[in-house]
Amino acid sequence: MSVATEALAPADEAGIVEAVREAAASRTPLAIEGHGSKRGMLRPVQAGRTLSTAGLTGITLHKPAELVLSARAGTPVAEIEAALARHNQMLAAEPPDFSVLSGHDRPATLGGMVAASLSGPRRIAASGALRDQVLGLRAVTGRAEVIRSGGRVHKNVTGLDLCKLLAGSHGTLGVLTEITLKLAPRPEAGLTLAVGVADLAAGVAALSTGLGSPFGVTGAALLPRGMAELGLSGPTALLRLEDMAQFLPHRAGRLRQDLAGFGAVTLVEGEASQALWRAVRDARPLQAAPEDAVWRLSVKPSAGPAVARRLEEAFGARMLLDWGGGLVWAAGPATDAAHAAVMAAAQAAGGTFLLFRAPDSLRSAVPVLPEEPPALAGIAARVKAAMDPEGLLNPGRLRG
Amino acid sequence: MIDLPKPNPAVLARRGEILAALHALVPDGPFGQGVIGDPHRLRAYETDGLSAYRQPPLAVVLPATTEEVAAVLRYCHQNGIRVIPRGAGTSLSGGALPLADAVVVGMMRMNRILEVNTADRYAVVEAGVTNIGITQAVSAEGFFYAPDPSSQLACMIGGNVMMNSGGAHCLKYGVTAGNLLGVKFVTIEGEVVEIGGQYLDAAGYDWLGLITGSEGQLGMVTEVTVRILRAAEGARAMLAAFRANEVAGQAVDAIIASGIIPVALEFMDRPAIHACEAFAQAGYPLDAEAMLIIEVEGSTEEQDTLLARLKEICARFDPISLRVAETPEESLAIWKGRKGAFGAVGRISPDYLCMDGTIPTGELPHVLRRIGEMSDSYGLLVANIFHAGDGNLHPLIMFDANDPESFRKAETFGADILKLCVEVGGCLTGEHGVGVEKRDLMPVQFTAAELAQQRRIKSAFDPQWLLNPAKVFPLEGNPALAPAA
Ligand SMILES: Cc1cc2nc3c(=O)[nH]c(=O)nc-3n(C[C@H](O)[C@H](O)[C@H](O)COP(=O)(O)OP(=O)(O)OC[C@H]3O[C@@H](n4cnc5c(N)ncnc54)[C@H](O)[C@@H]3O)c2cc1C
Repeated sequence: MSVATEALAPADEAGIVEAVREAAASRTPLAIEGHGSKRGMLRPVQAGRTLSTAGLTGITLHKPAELVLSARAGTPVAEIEAALARHNQMLAAEPPDFSVLSGHDRPATLGGMVAASLSGPRRIAASGALRDQVLGLRAVTGRAEVIRSGGRVHKNVTGLDLCKLLAGSHGTLGVLTEITLKLAPRPEAGLTLAVGVADLAAGVAALSTGLGSPFGVTGAALLPRGMAELGLSGPTALLRLEDMAQFLPHRAGRLRQDLAGFGAVTLVEGEASQALWRAVRDARPLQAAPEDAVWRLSVKPSAGPAVARRLEEAFGARMLLDWGGGLVWAAGPATDAAHAAVMAAAQAAGGTFLLFRAPDSLRSAVPVLPEEPPALAGIAARVKAAMDPEGLLNPGRLRG
Repeated sequence: MIDLPKPNPAVLARRGEILAALHALVPDGPFGQGVIGDPHRLRAYETDGLSAYRQPPLAVVLPATTEEVAAVLRYCHQNGIRVIPRGAGTSLSGGALPLADAVVVGMMRMNRILEVNTADRYAVVEAGVTNIGITQAVSAEGFFYAPDPSSQLACMIGGNVMMNSGGAHCLKYGVTAGNLLGVKFVTIEGEVVEIGGQYLDAAGYDWLGLITGSEGQLGMVTEVTVRILRAAEGARAMLAAFRANEVAGQAVDAIIASGIIPVALEFMDRPAIHACEAFAQAGYPLDAEAMLIIEVEGSTEEQDTLLARLKEICARFDPISLRVAETPEESLAIWKGRKGAFGAVGRISPDYLCMDGTIPTGELPHVLRRIGEMSDSYGLLVANIFHAGDGNLHPLIMFDANDPESFRKAETFGADILKLCVEVGGCLTGEHGVGVEKRDLMPVQFTAAELAQQRRIKSAFDPQWLLNPAKVFPLEGNPALAPAA
C-alpha cells in the first residue's frame, strides 16, 4: 500500500483546480481530505500525493431567518456549530464526531462531513439525513472543472441532483470546495426516557412504540449492556423527546404510559440527556479498543436484534443500536472471519454494511461495502469515468 | 414553443411490427389492454398537465409487472426506440409529453400496495399507486405518507419520485427525496436493480438520491419503498392578512427566526386572495394585499400555545386581520380557498401557466414587485401563490389559448419570472421539474461545463439517449436529438 507523501493545501478553489490539473498532467492520483479525520474509514487510498481542502475556510453566508448557511469545505464543523449555536440553530443531521472512535484529534471539516454523508441519531426524525440538508455545493471534478449543483434555496429540482451523488461519494467523484446547508432551529428543551428492557428484541419493540407515537421522538437508541452511570446494567432503550420546554412533560408522561410494559423507565433531563446523545452520536458506548475493527450495518429496525445476536455469537461483538434499532454499530477483532460474519449478517437481514475502521491489512483486503449487482457496477464505473476519467480522485477508497 | 427532435423515419415505418412485438411482451390482462395503438385512443396520452403541448406517441404500453417493464425496455433498447415513462400525466412541465416516434410506458396497471409495515415504518408499493393511495393504506393505523402535492388524488408515487415532488407540508416533513428508502429500478437495457431497501442510507454512492428527481432520464421505477410516519395528534391553521407584500414577507422571516417551524406556511397575494375567495367563499379579507395561512400540529394545548405565539409575532406587523381556527372545521375553511387555488384561477381564466421558481425568502417583496411590473407590461394577469417557508413561488399567468400571441406572451413572461428567480439567488424549478417547459432555460442557471457534466451522467445510464429524450437538457450540442426541421 502506498502512503501519500506530498501534501498540497491550496488556499482557494482556484488552487484546487490547479492541483487537479497538475495531477492529470503528471498522472499522479490524489488522496483528497480536509484534516484527515476520516482517513481511517473504508479502504486506504492509493495515491502519491494528498490534496487537502483545509485551506479553504470560512462561512460565506448565514441567513438565520432563511435557515441556510454556506461555508468553504475546509471550515471546521465545530466552528460552524458554534456559529449556529449563537442563533439557536443547529445542523439537523447531528453529524457524529469520530475523534474518540478513531483515536485522534484531527478536527472534522465541512467537506469531509458531507463527503462521508454520515448522519447521527436525528436521522430517524423527518428529513433528518445529512444529504437531504445539502442544498447546494461547488466541487472540482477530476476534469479540473468547477461545477455547482443545487443552490441556496430549500426547494430545487433543477437538473440532475449531483449534490446527492457527491454527498457520500468520499471524494471519489469531485473535490468539494463550498457547501450550502439547510439548518434547523435548536429545540428549546430535550429529555430522554431510558427503559430497562428484557432483551434486544423487546428494546427494539419499545423504540418502535416510541417512533410510532405522535410525540415526535428524535432519537431512538439501544445500549445492549446498559449504562453504569445511570445504574442500568441490562439492555437499555433510549428515547429522546425535544421541543418547547412546556410541551415535554405531557409528551413524556404519555410516552411513559405507552412504554410501561417494557420495563422500568428512568427520566434523564437537561445536560445529562444531551451528553447521552452525544455519546450515542459518536458511538462511544462501543468502547472500541485501538486494534479493533468497527462496522456500521443498516437494516430494517426489527432485524437489528437478530443481526446483533449473530455478531455476538460470531465474534463477541460489542454493539450499539441506533435509528430505532436499524443502525447496528459493532466493534470486534479485525479478522477476516469477523468481517465475513458482518457481511453475512447484513445480507441475511437484507441490509447494508460499511467497514468503518480497521487496520490497513484488513481494510485493503476485504470489500468494505456490499458489492453492487453487475448492472449497477457498470453504471458506477461509467459515472466515475464521467466525473473523473483519469481516476485521479481517491483511487481505491471505496472498492479495490 | 419548444422544439422537439425529428422523429426517426425508420422507427415510424416499423410501427405495425413494433406494436405486434410489444403486444407479445405485454399481453392484455383481465383489467386492461397491454398495448394501445389505435390513433383515437392514443390521443388520451398526447399531453400531460402542460396541455399547451400535444403529441400523440407511436404506441402506449401498459405493463402489469416489473418483468414486463424490463422486457419492453430491453426491446426498445435493442431496436433504438425512444421511451417516455408515464405515471398519471399530471406533470406541469411537460415531463410526460410523448414524441411521435416514442413508446409511452405507463404505470397505471402497476397499482398494488405490496407491503405495509408500521413497526418498521415503511410501505412497499408499485409505481402506479397514487400518492393519496399510500396514505389511505396506512391511515387506519394512524400513519401517513408525508409529501402531499396538491395533485395527490391523481399523481402516482413513481411520478413523485421522478419529480421529487413537494407539497404544502414539506416545510416540516421534507420533499419526496427525504421520505424514500428504496426503489426497484429498471435500466434501459432491461436490467432490474434493487436500490436501497427497507433500511436507511445504503452504503456507497447515493443512487436513490440521484434517481429521485431525475425526470425519467436515467431509468424506470416500478416499485417504491417509502417511509411512513405517525400522524400528529391534531393540526390547526390560522390566517393573517397584511397591508403589503413586504410586511407579510417580514412576518414570514420573523416566524422562521423565532424557531417555530410550522407544518405549512403559505402566502397568497391580492389577485390570488380575490380569485380564491370568489371561488370558495372562505372568508378571506379582500382589502388585504397579502395573506398567510399558517398551520401547526400537536396536542390541542400545543396547538393553542404555538398559535398564540404565531399570533403574537404576526401582531407586530400591523395585520389587517388575524384569525385563528378554533376547530378543525374552521381550519378546513381556511384551507379551502388555498387548496382550490388552481381551480379558482381557472374560473377567471380557463388557460393559465403555473410557474414554479424558488427564491430566497428575503427576496419576496422585490420579486413580487418585479412580477407586478412585468404583468403590466405584458398585459397579462398573474396571481401569486407561494410556499413561503421554503421560498417556492407559484405565479399563475393567465392567458387565452385561442390566441397564439397571448400564449407566446405568457411563455415569455414565465421565462422572465424564472430568470428573475435565478438572478436573485434562486432556481428555475422548486418542485415541478424542468421537463420540456424549462429545458431551454437551463443555461440561465448552469454553465456549459455544468450542463455537460449532467449530460455525461445521463449518458452513463442511457448512452443512446432513448429515455425521455428532449426533456431537461437543451437540444443544442446533442447530435442524437436534432430538432425537427
Ligand atoms: C393541479 C395540479 C397540482 C399540482 N400540485 C403539485 C404540488 O403541490 N407539488 C408538486 O411537486 N407537484 C405538483 N403538481 C405536479 C405533478 O402532479 C407532479 O410532478 C407529480 O409528481 C407527477 O406525477 P405523475 O404520476 O402525474 O407523473 P407524470 O406526469 O406522468 O410524469 C412525471 C415525470 O416522471 C416520469 N415518470 C413517471 N413515472 C415514472 C416511472 N415509473 N419511472 C420513470 N419515470 C417516470 C415521466 O416521464 C415524467 O418525466 C401538480 C399538478 C397538477 C396538475
